[in-house]
Amino acid sequence: MSFPWAREYQPTNGLMKFFDEKLPLPRLVYNAVGAGYPVPRNLSYFWNFGVLAGFFLMVQIVTGVVLAMHYAANSEVAFFQVEHIMRDVNWGWLMRYAHANGAHFFFIVVYFHIFRGLFYSSYKAPREMIWLLGVVIFLLMMATAFMGYVLPWGQMSFWGAKVITGLFGAIPLVGEPLQVWLVGGYAPDNAALNRFFSLHFLLPFVILGVVILHVWALHIPGSSNPTGVEVKKESDTLPFHPYYTAKDGFGLGVALILYLGLVFFLPNILGHPDNYIEANPLATPAHILPEWYFFPFYAILRAFTVDFILSAKLWGVLAMFASILVWFFLPWLDKSPVRSGHYRPMFRKFFWFGLIPCMVVLFICGGAPAEEPYVMLSQIATAYYFLHFLVFLPLISSIEKPEPLPYSITEAVLGTDEDAKLPASDAAKA
Amino acid sequence: MIRIGGFLIGIGFTVVVLWSFAVGAYNFATEEKVGAAEYEFHKKPKDVSFEHDGAFGKWDTAQLQRGYQVYKEVCAACHSLKFVAFRDLADLGYNEDEVKALAAEWTVPGIDQDTGEAITRPGTPVDYFPSPYPNDIAAAAGNNNAIPPDLSLMTKARANGTAYVYSLLTGYGEPSEELKAKYPDFSTPPGLSFNEYFPNLNLAMAQPIVIDDQVTYADGTAATVDQMSKDVSAFLAWTAEPTLIERKQSGWPVLGFLLFATILAFFAKKQIWSAAKPKKAE
Repeated sequence: MSFPWAREYQPTNGLMKFFDEKLPLPRLVYNAVGAGYPVPRNLSYFWNFGVLAGFFLMVQIVTGVVLAMHYAANSEVAFFQVEHIMRDVNWGWLMRYAHANGAHFFFIVVYFHIFRGLFYSSYKAPREMIWLLGVVIFLLMMATAFMGYVLPWGQMSFWGAKVITGLFGAIPLVGEPLQVWLVGGYAPDNAALNRFFSLHFLLPFVILGVVILHVWALHIPGSSNPTGVEVKKESDTLPFHPYYTAKDGFGLGVALILYLGLVFFLPNILGHPDNYIEANPLATPAHILPEWYFFPFYAILRAFTVDFILSAKLWGVLAMFASILVWFFLPWLDKSPVRSGHYRPMFRKFFWFGLIPCMVVLFICGGAPAEEPYVMLSQIATAYYFLHFLVFLPLISSIEKPEPLPYSITEAVLGTDEDAKLPASDAAKA
Repeated sequence: MIRIGGFLIGIGFTVVVLWSFAVGAYNFATEEKVGAAEYEFHKKPKDVSFEHDGAFGKWDTAQLQRGYQVYKEVCAACHSLKFVAFRDLADLGYNEDEVKALAAEWTVPGIDQDTGEAITRPGTPVDYFPSPYPNDIAAAAGNNNAIPPDLSLMTKARANGTAYVYSLLTGYGEPSEELKAKYPDFSTPPGLSFNEYFPNLNLAMAQPIVIDDQVTYADGTAATVDQMSKDVSAFLAWTAEPTLIERKQSGWPVLGFLLFATILAFFAKKQIWSAAKPKKAE
């Protein structure tokens, strides 16, 4: 489905005509990211991050497949194989640093993408399915990144794997046998490393599949926009190509400069030095930390320190999973008919002065050692996190008085819209 | 339904986590605060600079050669360098024959080609640096139960690693008066050495570089303790990442091209969007 004024694909030569008749792939591309996809004309640079996320997924798949050619998932040799890639494989260091930092940038752009979705309520009808698929992609990314971090078989690989797989042990009754079954032993070893490698290779292609569904679902209602007012007519939109291909091209250039700047000049800055020490089950690191992109969720996991009917550990596990699962219910928790945070005074205050500081505190506490004052701070932030999504957001949406919205995207961009002056019934026809 | 369920779950998590907070805050307020000497007196690595630092850095091959000599004559007694092969020494500015000669100075495990028995033989360029101990148990037994770590990746395995290695090597001494006054119970157990750059202040490694001229440099550089420590730190920066300079040098043309392409993309975007510029309503 698309808007009635969407341009139709016209094959310009015999070959394209042939394809269009037998397998209309050119038409598919034209309608997906070409001139056949009308997009709101007022998108800000916050709308660049979807394309960037797709780009970094491809970077990860390409560099990952090359790395897999030189890697060996065996706990005896994995650490050595990674060093073999770094030292002996032609451009191996580039592939590995591009892959490690590609994961960091994949998360950075996806966090911007989620931030955009939360501020502009991109999860609201008619875009619920896009949001739900997005949360699925994020969960798959977390699993993939976690397993990928285990593969170099350094100290943080091993101890991170031990802590995270240990979470299953918190489940009552079946916890411990389940954990042993999942890990393939009492602690992560060769069996775990092998299955993590297998899944780490598989999951990116599952992500790619869900991304295709995500983009498909996007093309049903079309893109959202900073005003949150739906597209009404042709003057509200521009064709994706050339307007947004050009804008995304520029955004991609900026992202690549930052990304490759890190790859070539500071490739280890976002990693942990302990992962250059080979895994040793007998030597526990002083602080076991996940990668930075898990810090907020790690802080929530560790915030529960006192048993309360259930064990503290189980509460932590439940809260950590709940902190992401709650996103699945956002379309139904936030009932405000206004999408954009720009027109929601109360929502905006809770967003900037509540949710954002809360996430910053959780991020800092997740990366800090488990001691005061970090534990107490993370407990307050965890409480706010759940209150924000489950209590405040529904309440705000029922009591808030939104600011007046522009009549249309055209009015928001041009300052006036002739149709706005027509009686409502005529405007609908126009 | 979703909102009522969400409300209850939200309140539930909040109550439980705030209960944890209350108990934690009560303990924090009532418990006596116990400081720790290693927390308070552990120092960050010293400021030290090397030729290979910075975006335009290059290896100082003379320094790497001296550092290799320090490793061979001092560190190698206890520490392995298992990810580095003799052939890699060509990076230090040695030619093929010199590498062969350097490799032959080391004894590596081998197999007698006639009888198949385990023997030792002189190293060849394809061999890796041999370990000073046959296994971890022997390494621990000879070193007060602490296994001397492999040094190949040491400067990447510590925060600010090259400076850390240099600081550790030059950081041996006695606990300061301040530390002794504040923590009278603090002591260095027999067999360990005090070093304020080591995380828990007491290090199993005795001071390895003790006196000036412990090594006689082939190039005539004065072998002070500071110079030897610096040279071997630079050498270990190379062993940790032999491709460091290649990496930085290949980064510049990549960034240069990207900058050019991004500027073009910016003007292309401007040009294309000028067609859609909002026209002021008359």
